[in-house]
Amino acid sequence: MTALRLAGTFLRIGILNELQYRVNLVFSLVQSAIAVGTSLAVLALVFGNTDSLRGWSAGELLVVMGVHVLVGGLIRSVIQPNMQQLMEDIQRGTLDFVLTKPADGQLLVSVRRVQIWQAVDILVGAALVVVAVVRLPATPGVLDVLAFAAALALGAVSIYCFWLLLTTLAFWVTRLDPLVELFEGMYQAGRWPVSVYPGWLRIGFTVLVPLAFAVTVPASALTGRSTGWLLLGSVAFTVALATVTRLAWRHALRRYSGASA
Amino acid sequence: MNGLPGLYATVMKAAVQTQFQYRTANYAYMLGMVAEPVVYLVVWSAVAESRGGSVGGITAGEFAAYYIVWTLVRNMNIVLTPYAWEDRIQQGELSGMLLRPVHPIHYDLAFFAGWKVVVVLLWIPIALVLSVAFRPTFDISALEAVVFLVAIWGAYLIRSLLLWALGMITFWTTRVSAIYDVYFTAELLLSGRLVPLALLPAWAGGLADWLPFKYTFGYPIEVLAGSLSTRELLTGLALQAVWIGFGAALVAAVWRVGIRRYGAVGS
Repeated sequence: MTALRLAGTFLRIGILNELQYRVNLVFSLVQSAIAVGTSLAVLALVFGNTDSLRGWSAGELLVVMGVHVLVGGLIRSVIQPNMQQLMEDIQRGTLDFVLTKPADGQLLVSVRRVQIWQAVDILVGAALVVVAVVRLPATPGVLDVLAFAAALALGAVSIYCFWLLLTTLAFWVTRLDPLVELFEGMYQAGRWPVSVYPGWLRIGFTVLVPLAFAVTVPASALTGRSTGWLLLGSVAFTVALATVTRLAWRHALRRYSGASA
Repeated sequence: MNGLPGLYATVMKAAVQTQFQYRTANYAYMLGMVAEPVVYLVVWSAVAESRGGSVGGITAGEFAAYYIVWTLVRNMNIVLTPYAWEDRIQQGELSGMLLRPVHPIHYDLAFFAGWKVVVVLLWIPIALVLSVAFRPTFDISALEAVVFLVAIWGAYLIRSLLLWALGMITFWTTRVSAIYDVYFTAELLLSGRLVPLALLPAWAGGLADWLPFKYTFGYPIEVLAGSLSTRELLTGLALQAVWIGFGAALVAAVWRVGIRRYGAVGS
């Protein structure tokens, strides 16, 4: 309960801070429009040449793209800003200020920053998903929508864990900024369902970079693909990953020597 | 060596040494970049397969060749980002550059050219792995190889000059990200970076012919991975020269007007 209240307070302060820069909303909107436009152009090019891509129709791929934009917005508004701040604090030794506070360190480093204007993509992605789903021949039932919501939440947690795992590397390696680029490059691959990729890449995008759980599984729930086992797998994977991340975080903290030590 | 050639030699050498120090960072950066063409390649191979082997006359093996050459051309294409101008102008870094006796663009051209030496060395293993994984089909003549070696530097110059000119918009406004986004999106779609230009609808392909973008991506890639006639190979080089001339003139013109707007920090 305290944890939730703490996270809520941090988020509120973060949002208030960002509200000072309202013009940025316009830029986020332009950026979002360009990105979605490009994605639609690519879809049009691909489906000008074929009716289905490894079993996915154009409408179903639009659902995947919507989820990809939505999760992308979540990453850029909440996850990535916090992780970049954490990298910087480890480099400079200013993580001291977090560790001396009487609350859980992992919680604090995960909720300190929020870039609210990037959250435009969450809304745009959600809108895309709704439009795409309405146009599908088979409307998903209530259970499908619930499965979608659950899969999305699990996917978000696994992406967060993956990011935090990458960031804890900063305790050993100091220059990590290319990792951000590396992740962004990899994340682009999630625009397509992982089943499009050849076997070795599909395994990589499922286990190493959890794109499958963050994007493909939620989209599968809405497009009438069997989800019972997938969802169970997603739960198991997320729990395992969260445990590993927690252990890695605690182990990594021992490496931290602080600013003045 | 004295004069401009001496400057280029020295700055390039310094760039090679600096960038070798950051080889891990360089590698992570390059690996992140490989995801982009691999995604395009996988998608278009799947489309080719669903159509019984080829799309618009391009087979899976030819797509593989296209996107593997893409990775080299893309690396050659990395030049000073227009976003760098924000720091240069806001923090007054440009002041130091203005004190030197040559036009500042020479430092950027030389520095990024030197960086390419490191990049190409690091690129070779990536290309080998991609070739084993995706089995490209190549058919390269001696002339194509020679034209390619010239064309990648042509592409480098065109993109350097155009992005330099674009970056100078920062002299007038710092709200540049939307303008850059539009530019980079047009480039993505109309250069051959996203898909081989042959797959675009006719009107878009016709538009691309009149823009510089294709001479920085599609043309050099197709020199090696496509089957251009001797005439097309040489016309491409000539048009690259035209765009280099245009870019140089643009940089010179914008620089003359823009630099008057520059008020250094501390002055």
